[in-house]
Amino acid sequence: MMRSERAKAALISVLLFLVFVGVWHIATLPKESAMAATSGADAEYAALMGKGAEKSGGFPAPAQVGKAFVTYLSDPFYDRGPNDKGIAIQLGHSLARVGLGFLLAVLVALPAGFTIGMSPLLMRALDPFIQVLKPISPLAWMPLALYTLKDSSISGIFVIFVCSIWPMLINTAFGVASVRRDWLNVARTLEVKPLRKAFMVILPAAAPTILTGMRISMGIAWLVIVAAEMLVGGTGIGYFVWNEWNNLALPNVIFAITMIGIVGMALDGLFGRLQKLVTYRE
Amino acid sequence: MSAFKNPFDDRISLGPCSCGQPHSQAEHHAADLPAAVDSETLNRRVIESAIMRAVFPHDGERRNFLRAVGGSTALTALACFFPFGAIEAMAQEKGPLEKTDLKIGFIPITCASPLIMADPLGFYKKEGLKVSMIKTAGWALIRDKVLNKEYEASHMLAPMPIAISMGVGSSPMPINVATIQNINGQAITLHVKHKDKRDPKQWKGFKFAVPFEYSMHNFLLRYYVAEHGLDPDKDIQIRVVPPPEMVANLRAGNLDGYLGPDPFNQRAVFDEVGFIHLLSKEIWDGHPCCSFGVPTQFVKENPNTFAALYRSVLTAAAMARDPKNRPIMAEVLSPANYLNQPKTVLEQVLTGKFADGLGNVKTVPDRADFDPFPWYSMAVWILSQMKRWGYLKGEVRYKDISEQVYLVTDARKRMAEVGLTPPKESYRKFKLMGKEFDPAAPDAYLNSFAIKRS
Repeated sequence: MMRSERAKAALISVLLFLVFVGVWHIATLPKESAMAATSGADAEYAALMGKGAEKSGGFPAPAQVGKAFVTYLSDPFYDRGPNDKGIAIQLGHSLARVGLGFLLAVLVALPAGFTIGMSPLLMRALDPFIQVLKPISPLAWMPLALYTLKDSSISGIFVIFVCSIWPMLINTAFGVASVRRDWLNVARTLEVKPLRKAFMVILPAAAPTILTGMRISMGIAWLVIVAAEMLVGGTGIGYFVWNEWNNLALPNVIFAITMIGIVGMALDGLFGRLQKLVTYRE
Repeated sequence: MSAFKNPFDDRISLGPCSCGQPHSQAEHHAADLPAAVDSETLNRRVIESAIMRAVFPHDGERRNFLRAVGGSTALTALACFFPFGAIEAMAQEKGPLEKTDLKIGFIPITCASPLIMADPLGFYKKEGLKVSMIKTAGWALIRDKVLNKEYEASHMLAPMPIAISMGVGSSPMPINVATIQNINGQAITLHVKHKDKRDPKQWKGFKFAVPFEYSMHNFLLRYYVAEHGLDPDKDIQIRVVPPPEMVANLRAGNLDGYLGPDPFNQRAVFDEVGFIHLLSKEIWDGHPCCSFGVPTQFVKENPNTFAALYRSVLTAAAMARDPKNRPIMAEVLSPANYLNQPKTVLEQVLTGKFADGLGNVKTVPDRADFDPFPWYSMAVWILSQMKRWGYLKGEVRYKDISEQVYLVTDARKRMAEVGLTPPKESYRKFKLMGKEFDPAAPDAYLNSFAIKRS
């Protein structure tokens, strides 16, 4: 029963995709009339306007996008100078930035969240700061970061750090604060030392909430890295999009967008797995 | 590329690159690409070709001469009059380099051609430099990365080193202009829907883009509309948009037009979203646009590296000036690592034979040119316009600032080293839209305008 359900869902997914590509293909079929109208005009002018040759005009057809997929995926590791690298290298740069910024955020957010969660007083005192800082778009920090940190790649990592710290901090604090009273009371009757209590009772109890925070943070970090790299440039998938935008090469942009989606899905799936590992039934 | 062919071979032409042989353009370039030749031979060839071209301005005469006496005899004969070896030695003389790994920033526009071309043609390598050309997203980022010392030197707009040195629009940091990158080569592009609004008086309420506040584009656009009676601060809107994003914004209808760098004017025509209203050379023929900016501290701490860098860029500029090299430049600049633009678009910009977006093919050979000499008078004009539009307040020490930022003396020395002839004077008068500018009296010039902020 379960298996047939899954097969049906997969079938519908594939069908939906085919319909989507089909509609896209029909919608982007070249318009014959437009071509004929200009071919009668001055041939030299037409040549200079790139008529007859392959051109970026209009929305790309699925075949063009497919060609972009084949070209980039068949050689993902090429390196033609500092401004033109293969897609795998670009994704690697982006993932490294996200990873580093995220790791730094974990190192700060978990202990801080723990402390805040254990102390209602601190939570109330810090709440206004967190509430003000949380909604600031991480990209708004960029000019400030560039000016003070004096390094564009560190600034990129800083932006990831800033955007991924808040969900983790808030979720950790919330998870720690809402550990069941009974368990803490049991720990107290057994005279468990505070450090042991933190690691053996509170951490496992709060782990699912903390992991949820991390999952949200990672999602945001992956959203932000693309924008940050479009702004700062140099390397990364965001820079790739920007570079192809310069050339108005939409097939390549669509390719990059798809890759961003796939990597984002993989990252989310990874945290989903981790979350399952720490979930418990009460 | 004719500059790299053996000039003592009567079978080859030193003429245009499109040779008429029945092989594909790609094969042709593959055979000709100077990367295949070692840089020393290349260097000698460039010098020899330059001299042969000077001696025999008509290619036919050279060929006849060579056929008559033979290549080697010709070389010996010419060597009596021209010290090839000495010129070569002078071109290659260099002290120990303080620093060989350099990062240079650029914006993907044709203005950066000399800086970029020096990389694939091996001019940096020849001087012993390992240069990475880093494509950058916008001028503000170029400024920040130079201030942060992430770049040792950079492609900059001509007014930027002046503004940064004075601390206008940034924290102050002395920056020098080693060379002007390019002259002319910009244009006013309007959206196709404005085809019938060719008179600037009809532009009230238009949204225009320029690449940066401290850009020739901003000052030239302001000058142009003000000459037509529009106040650039009140009657039109001028926004800052990074050049690569201009076409996309024009297409989206965010802009009515822009005074922007090429290839983005031609690209708008190519994509049928805009037409070229006016080439910037029609505002000021021979105006500077971009410059090669180097922080003063770097110049002082690394004099030999700076000299080597200077020579490579000048050699590339000399190469870029030659109209014969323009088609192959389009080929070399077009890949994703550099400008990432269709070759046809670059070719139209560089050769000056272009479609204007209104159905005409125009031929303007000096549409874009690459004269490296950093005239002081250019800096004085820029300062006068910065004052005119309120970017500078109060007394401006035109002469002091210009002579501090623009390195005319160095340019003369290095140009002589690579066999170019720099002009003798450092100031000259020039005309914008028929009105003369005298660098000796900038304030009087400023007072003659009706529309101004100061």
